[in-house]
Parts: sequence; C-alpha cells; structure tokens
Amino acid sequence: MTLFGLIGFTTPWLLLGLAALPVLWLILRAVPPAPIRRRFPGVVLLLGLKDDEQVSDRTPWWLLLLRMLAVAAVITGLAGPVLNPENEGPTRGSAPLLVVLDGSWASAQTWRAKMTALDGLLAEAGREDRPAAILNLARPEAAAFQSSQTLRNRISGLTPEPWEPDAARTEAALDALPEGAFESYWFSDGIDREARAPMLEALEDRGAVTVFESPAPVYALEPARFEDGAVALTLHRLRASGAAEVGVVAQGRDPAGNPAALARLPLRFEEGATRAEGALALPAELRARIDRFEVEATSSAGAVTLPDDSLRRREVALIAGTENREGLELLSPLHYLERALAPTADLLDGGLLEVLPANPDVIVLADVATLSPAEKEALTAWVDKGGMLLRFAGPRLAASEVSRAAEDALMPVRLRAGGRTVGGAMSWGEPKTLAPFDAESPFFGLEVPEEVTVNAQVMAQPDPTLASRVIAQLTDGTPLVTRKREGQGQVVLFHVTANAEWSTLPLSGLFVEMLERLAVSSMPAQPEAGDLEGTTWQPVRVLDAFGGLGVAENLPGVAGPALVGDALGPELRPGRYQGEERSLARNVTPREAALTPAAWPESVPVEGLDRPEETPLAGPLLALALVLLVADVLAALALSGRLLPARAAALILAALMLPGAEARAQSSEPPGADRPAFASDVTAEVTLAHVLTGDAAVDRVARAGLEGLSETLFFRTSVEPGPPVGVDLEDDELAFFPMLYWPVTEGQALPSPAAYAKLNEYLRSGGLILFDTRDADIASFGASSPNGRKLQELAGPLDVPPLEPVPEDHVLTRTFYLLQDFPGRYVSRDVWVEAAPPDAEQIEGMPFRNLNDNVTPVVIGGNDWASAWAVDESGQPLRPIGRGFAGERQREIAYRFGVNLVMHVLTGNYKSDQVHVPALLDRLGQ
Amino acid sequence: MTPELALRARAEGEAARLPPLLARAEQLAGTVLLGEHGRRRAGLGDDFWQYRPLMPGDNYRAIDWRRSARSDSQFVKDREWQIAQSVMLWVDRAASMRFASEPRLPEKADRARLLGLAVAILLSRAGERVGLTGFTLPPRRGAAQLLRLAEFFSDAEAEDYATPEARGMIPHARAIFVSDFLGDFDGIEAALAKAADRGVRGVLLQVLDPAEEAFPYRGRTIFQSVGGSMAHETLKATDLKARYLERLAERKDRLDYLARVTGWQYSCHHTSETAQSALLWLWRALDGGHG
Repeated sequence: MTLFGLIGFTTPWLLLGLAALPVLWLILRAVPPAPIRRRFPGVVLLLGLKDDEQVSDRTPWWLLLLRMLAVAAVITGLAGPVLNPENEGPTRGSAPLLVVLDGSWASAQTWRAKMTALDGLLAEAGREDRPAAILNLARPEAAAFQSSQTLRNRISGLTPEPWEPDAARTEAALDALPEGAFESYWFSDGIDREARAPMLEALEDRGAVTVFESPAPVYALEPARFEDGAVALTLHRLRASGAAEVGVVAQGRDPAGNPAALARLPLRFEEGATRAEGALALPAELRARIDRFEVEATSSAGAVTLPDDSLRRREVALIAGTENREGLELLSPLHYLERALAPTADLLDGGLLEVLPANPDVIVLADVATLSPAEKEALTAWVDKGGMLLRFAGPRLAASEVSRAAEDALMPVRLRAGGRTVGGAMSWGEPKTLAPFDAESPFFGLEVPEEVTVNAQVMAQPDPTLASRVIAQLTDGTPLVTRKREGQGQVVLFHVTANAEWSTLPLSGLFVEMLERLAVSSMPAQPEAGDLEGTTWQPVRVLDAFGGLGVAENLPGVAGPALVGDALGPELRPGRYQGEERSLARNVTPREAALTPAAWPESVPVEGLDRPEETPLAGPLLALALVLLVADVLAALALSGRLLPARAAALILAALMLPGAEARAQSSEPPGADRPAFASDVTAEVTLAHVLTGDAAVDRVARAGLEGLSETLFFRTSVEPGPPVGVDLEDDELAFFPMLYWPVTEGQALPSPAAYAKLNEYLRSGGLILFDTRDADIASFGASSPNGRKLQELAGPLDVPPLEPVPEDHVLTRTFYLLQDFPGRYVSRDVWVEAAPPDAEQIEGMPFRNLNDNVTPVVIGGNDWASAWAVDESGQPLRPIGRGFAGERQREIAYRFGVNLVMHVLTGNYKSDQVHVPALLDRLGQ
Repeated sequence: MTPELALRARAEGEAARLPPLLARAEQLAGTVLLGEHGRRRAGLGDDFWQYRPLMPGDNYRAIDWRRSARSDSQFVKDREWQIAQSVMLWVDRAASMRFASEPRLPEKADRARLLGLAVAILLSRAGERVGLTGFTLPPRRGAAQLLRLAEFFSDAEAEDYATPEARGMIPHARAIFVSDFLGDFDGIEAALAKAADRGVRGVLLQVLDPAEEAFPYRGRTIFQSVGGSMAHETLKATDLKARYLERLAERKDRLDYLARVTGWQYSCHHTSETAQSALLWLWRALDGGHG
C-alpha cells in the first residue's frame, strides 16, 4: 500500500491513468454531439444550403468537465483509496519482530482489541516476510522466531492470566528473549510496575520498541470489607480522568437458586481522583448469598472480588447456665465470649427454644448441664442439620450426671465425676499449660503462649474413641478441647470454663484464634500468615483473567501462609479456597492497592489501540462517478434537446430510489409505538385478546371469533367485553387481558426470550392462554400434526404445570353452563387443563372433588373454536359448522364453552367453592 | 376468412373513419351561412321564385291552379333560375402533408382534407357539382359524391411531394388547390397555366405547419423529408434559419404572383389557426368569382 498522508492506495499504479485525462479532454472536445434526425417537409427548401462554419461543433466545457470528473473518480476509485490506512510506523525494517504481551488481568478488558491489532501486525509482518515471535510476560516461555503466518494461527490460543508479570516472571522473560537484533512491539496493560524498566532496557538494546496501550479504563476492585454493618467497597481506576460513575454489582443467587444481581452500588469518581468508595447496607441473609462483586460492563479479574467468610457473619447464640450474679461482669460465664465474638459475629440472646427457630450457626452453652427433653430434642435435630454446639465446662457440668455413665448425644466424651483441680492453694501440682497442637488438630499452627495455664478442668473418661476426639490437650496429655461429629454438625467441648475461673485461656489471644479456627467467629478481614500456619486450603472456584469463575478441578491445595502471603501465579490462582471449616477468597486486587499508569520514556513511541478506523473510499468514489455519469446523460440529453421532463423525472427518481428506500427502512418504528391509547383502550372494559400469528387469515378468523364470543357474552352474561384486540407478544403488555386465544400455525415465529418472560409472568399472575391447534379432525391432539409439534415448540419455554384431559368435575364444566363437551368447529374431547392435585378428594354428597384453587393457566385443544365463534360485521356466522341443525347446536355449545371459559377466568373457582355451601349454611344456622 | 371478407372488413375499418371526417366537415360547413349564391331570376330550378300572370306562350301546365283560384286571372309559378357550377378540387395527399411539428397540432394533410371536404359540402348544398381534378371523380351532385370525396381524401399517396393534377379540367369551371406547395414549382406553374388556358379560375390554399414558418431548430441536425427520400445535414441549424425563411417567402411570393397572373386567388393557412377562418376565406374567394 502506498501512502499519501491520510489516504493510501492499494493499487497506486492505476493512478497513472489520470495522466490520460488531458488526452481524453482533447478527444471528447473534438467529437461533436450526435446529430438529431428530424422529419421536416421543408427540407426541400434547405437543399443546397451550406453551413457557414465548417468547424465541428464543440462539446460545452462544463459537460467535458463533468465527464473528466467522472473518469477521474473511476480511476481513483479503482486505485483503492483508503482513509486512515493501517500504517505500522515509519521505522519498519526487515528485522524480526518480537511481540511482547503484558498478558495480565488488566489486559483482559481490551484483549480482543489487542488480538485484532496483533493479528494486523503479524499480517503486515507476513506481507513483508519478517519472522516474528510472541512473548507473554505473564507466562514467559522461550520465544523463537518463526513464520508470522504460523503465529497468526496461534493468536486465538493466547489468553491473559489473572496475575501480573512481576519481577520473577520478568526475569524469566529476560532469559527467554530470542537472540540477535529485533524490533519489539509491546502490548502494555498500562499499569506501572517496577519490573518494566529492566525489560524495556533489554528490548531497547536489541532494537526499536513501540508500545501499544489502550486508553480504555482499567478498574481494580478491592476486597469487600464489613464495616459498621455495611459492606464497604473501594474501587480504583488507572487514569485520573473526569468525574465518572461506575456501578458495582453484587452477584449471587436469588432465593430460588437462580443467579441474579442482588444489589448494585454506584461508585462515583471525582474529577482527577483514582479512588472511589462506597458502602452497601444489606440484610444479613442477602449478604450471605453474595458470590461476587464486579464492576459493571467489565471483563477483567481485577474488577471482580470474591467475598469470603469475612462477609458471612455468623449468628451465635450464647446461653449460660447461671446468670444470677449481676454486676460481676468479669465473672459472667459469657463475658469473654461476648467480647471475643462481638466484632465478627452477630450475637443472639434468649432462651434456647427461642433462638433455635432463628437457626443460628453456633450455639454456645456455657456451663449448662441439664436440658429439658424438649430442648434436647430440638438441639439434637439442629446439630444434625449442621449446627455447631460449643459447650464450656463449669462447676454445674462437673457436678452433674450428664454424660457420666453413657455418652450424651450432645457431649463429645464421657466425663469423670468431679473433675480435677491442679495448682490451687489446696493442691500440690503446678497449673498445667497447653501442649502444642497436633497436625490433625484444627488448631495446628497456632502459637501456644506460655502464660496460658489451666487450674481446673473436667476430665474425660478414657475411651477407645477419645484419642480421635481430642483436638487440644494439656502438657500432661489430658484433653482440653474435644470434638465429635454428629450428623452434619458437631459438638465441641472446652473442658474449662468460658470465663477466667478455671484457666487463663479466655484471657489470651489464643482463645479468639481458637474460636476462629472453629468457625465460631468469622475471620478478621485479612488473616495474617501466622494465623493460618499449618492449614491447607483447597481451591474451589478460580478466576480467569476475564473475571469468569471456573471450577478448580484438580488444582493442588495451598498452604495457609502461602495463600495469604504469596504472589498470585500459576500455583496460586485467584479464587475461593476452602479450608476445614471456613472458606477464604484470594482476590486479584489486594487491600490498599493502588494503580499507577505506566510512564514510558520519551524515546518510546506509545500508540493507542483504537486509531481512526481504516475506511475504504473506493465505494463512495465509484458511486460519485456513477452519479456524475447520470448527470452527464441528463446533460447530454438536454443539450441535444431530447430531455423530456418525464425521462428526467424517471432518471432522478431512480437515482433517489435506493437511499430513499433505505431511509424508510431505518425510520420504521416498532409496531407497538403507534398505539399510545392501547393501554387505556383495553383496560376500559374486559377485553379478549388473541395472539397475532403473522398469518393474516388465521388472525382475521381469531379476531372475528373473539368478536362473536364477546357479543355472546354481552347478551347472555353480565360480562360486557370491549372489542377484541390482537396482541403482539413482543411489544404489547399482556397484563391487561384476562385470557389470550392463541391459534397455533405451523409458520409462526417463536417469541423472543423477553416475550417468553412476559408470558410466564402473565401465566403466573393468573392469566390464561387458550392454545388451539385447529386440527382436531385430522389429529386428535398431540405431536402427530405439524401444528401439534409447533405447539410443543411454542409451549416448551412456558411455565406450564402438569396437564390432564378436562375431568368430568372440572370447574370449567359448570362455571355458567353445564357442559360435558367443548366443541369448536371440530368435535374432539381432547381438551387439556392443569391437572388436579393428587390429594383431591371426593366431597361427601357432592358429585365433584375438592379441587385446586387456581385458574388453569392453559387450556389446550384443537377444536378451532375461533371458527365456530366467528361472526361477520352483521353478526352472522362466518364459517359453516357441521350440517343443518346439528351444526347450529354444535355452534351453540361452542359459544357456551367460550362463555364458561371466560367465566372461569374471571371468577376462578367460585363454582367449585359451592361444595362448601351446605357447610356455610349450616354454620350460619340456617 | 376469405379474401373478400378480409377486404370487406378492411373497407369497413376505412369507412369508419369517414363519418367523423364528414361530420367534422359538416360541422365546419354549418358555420357558413348560405344565401348569396342564387341567380335571382326566374329559370329552371327547384326553388320558388315568384308568381306572375299567365303570358301568352306559357304552357297551360305551368299554371299554378292553387294561386289562380284565389283571383280571376291565371298565375304561373316561376322557379328561380339555378345554374349548377362545376367545382373541381385537388387536395395534396403526398407524404409531405403528413407532418405536424407538435402533437397538439393536426397534420397538414388532415387540415387540407377537412377544408376540402367542408368546402365541398358547402358547394354541394349550394347546388354546385363538386368533383376532383383529373378523371377519377368528375363533378356530380348529391350526398353520395361527398362520401366518395371523403373516401378519396382519406387515402394517402406515397410520394414525398405532389404536383397539382390539372388534367380533365372542364372549361370555365372553378378549381380549388389545397397543398403546402413545397413540391416542384414548375409542376405547379404548368398546372396553373393549363387551367388558365381552359378558362378555369380558382384558389390556391397553402397549408403550412407553424414549424415550417418559424424553423425553430438548433444544433447538429439531419433533416429528412417525411417520406424519407430527401435528407439534408447541417451542423448548426440556427445558421440556416434566415436563409430558409428567405426561400420560403420567395416561394410564397411566386405563388401569389402566379395566382394573380392567372386570375386565381392565393392564401396561406397555418395548422395552428382555426380551420374556420380558412374555410370562410375559401368560400368568399369562390363567391367572389361569381360576383
């Protein structure tokens, strides 16, 4: 391609044709216009007359100019002019090409554009026969120069990674650089990193470097924090541009289990600010369902943050045996627990039977020995369903007979009578300290402080199962904390009191950490590496660079400290990790993150990805030539006097026709827009409606049918419907209509998903659709006819309950008339309605069952009711039914079915409720 | 269909054109009031002239008994003396007449035909005998003659330009030549001379299209005669206009001169004017001959 500033040409040598224009000028100028032949009787008088001027008549200069312009436009158009041609810089040489990709999560947002640009780059390199190589900094692999065409095939396989090219990876990338001199194109994600400088230096050593950087905004969403009863969110942006509002959406599952946007928080960036904050106050139930927070309309892992347990505040019910010593707070069995749990958990107060219906996560029983049988039963059931019962020992437990002879269901071990006291004033021994935790213990990794001592404890009865139930013990091997799984839940017993009476454990930080590990309290927002010492976390869901959640199929577990401390990489992918009791999320954006735009030295040219688009100009130029030629035809005709007004008008009309048609097509409005009074019209009266199928004949009959039915209703009942309307499922509101008549045609288009949503909403809110396959005489309903198959296709996405053929006692048989058949134009008994509930019972003394309350949402049949109902303008039947009187009788029954149907829709199960009339009369004392 | 039948069908089709022509001609003729043409003396004729007393020598059969019964003397009914004059028509039917410069204008041939027939009707009503020059249709009276005239006028000739037919002239009869007179001038001259030799006087009516008078043509043009036998190409039609008009005027002058020399009358009629004016002129010109 040859470039002339903004315009390039694909075949520039064709422009040489422009040199021929002057020659053409001379030729065209010399050729006079073609003579006109005229019939003229006076020619006899002309014979022998000579023209004064013997030189040939010349074409007018403006006509010449017009033709020259047309020819020039054709030549230029064929030369393939392109506005803003792809110009990959003036410094292109024959050196190999190295494409460096940042490949981080920040690139994901504009990855497609980057790949398009890369494809163009490689295509250009291919045309120039330059070898190329690709180096992804986020996943450095040895780059080897190869044919650009081969590389182009690999472009689709390049994906960004949900981590950043940090120093270690950059070092690996430096090693992977190919030998020799080359030219580099760096697709940067725009974020400044320390590792950039050495890389840039190395690249500049080898040859010219060009940087591509997209100006598209890059967002990074910090992990959500729970502060002051609300979820606090902090959003960063890369470049401090003007004020902007960005929405952050909390995604999760709605109560039905479907993915939904649960909440949206608009965050506002002030002008020049790179940081925006906001808080989202949500009820605890809603908060617990949140799967992820993401920035709207982005596809980058940095703009997604996964909440973990820190948002999932646990509900803990604290119940103490004795609360009689008011005022002595430090001696209260629950004081230390309250202090430890209050920051990270929601505490419930009240009696055991009062808090159980609230289904708390944890119930703490501090020195509660005996439970009433009702309490015990309820508590056991709750534990079975996954509750965690945390018990503390105390004088009452030690004195009681609970779990003495046989193991209590709500105690992890059997207890010896009395317990023991060591290190007191009256005993010989020293107070005991804690032994380091075993590797199997959930507390493994926690530091055991020296100052924690135990003076008294309840003792566990030696038992075969005891060893497996101990999760913490004293230095002398006596159990301090024991645990037992019970159903889906667990029972944990601290063999000491919850206050400082028996031990100093509640005074120490270890106590809080132990509660955390047991998931009694939630973790603090950011766990320290030390807190997670000794734990292993299994990835459950991992993020890809685009912010999508994938299943972590066989990724290995990650050690706790590494999970918190290590940088993200192939071994530690961002995502949600599951520990023993808790889950922890590792997000791409850490807390207190900051995004700094990359600063490139002056020597490096930086280009945006979205340059002005390449616009081929050949089409417009050739069109211009065509217009000029048409003008030339007109002008030539005018010159030779043969331009009749009709011809000119036809030509101009033809020229205007195409754009005109296009304009009409564009200006066409949605069909519903021309009916502003639609809603007020159809809501003024009860209005029957039919679904427009697109088949004019069927729609006409459906409308005439509903007109006939409306008339019948008007005359016979107190329902006085307005004129029926045809509804377009895509555009019209359905909520106004009590029922829809839907004739099924083979050729009708399936409604769009939005229309189906509307239909389902309509059905759920009490609407009725009468499906009519209109083929009962050839196929007695089912998939055996094209219309039947179409019906299955149409009704597939609808929320239709189980169906059954109309039972004899269905309310449809007696809402107005007593009917047993539902004929239309055809007589088929196959009419289906919502099935009765299986527990419907025959009412004593009544011929029908006690049926469901609802209006059946669908009635399906094939009797072509509209044809039977249809009347013309004068109210005469439109279609013949049957033969003679029997046919008229059938039409009458068809009308009665219509009346019954409308009555059923409007009055629901009113007639069904009449089974209760005797009972009501009886109750009224009649 | 047998050839006879086909001929009959064609003849019917041709004849169907006649009534309109006749009707138009009748209508046109109806606009001229008769009444100046009688001899104003008694003689042989159909119309009543006067009653006069019986004179010696009168045939008794000539007595009008109805008049005589009202008085004592006998009266004879004189009829007006009527002499039937022979008028011979020549209407140019050549291709050059089939020309109309604009769709709204009639062809010259059409106008010539109409005028010829209309004047024939008038003459016929006035009791003259009307016929064609030459031997095709000698002068006769009556409606059938008009039909024959109309039929003859409706036929066209193929040649481009025609010369007036001057054979078979009845001495001292009247003649009407309707043409554009664009053909060979010698032929016209000869025909008029021949007619003048026989004592025939008459009128020359030149029918021209406005375009032939105005020559509104420009640019490179090839002019063709209507029959296609002649053509003239010019690169600049405007240049020819003056010279063409000059030639046309010269031809008109010669026609006028020729007419005056031979005792004829000449006039030029354009198809853009009403046919009535031309008819009136024709009628007066003929009548003047009697005067």
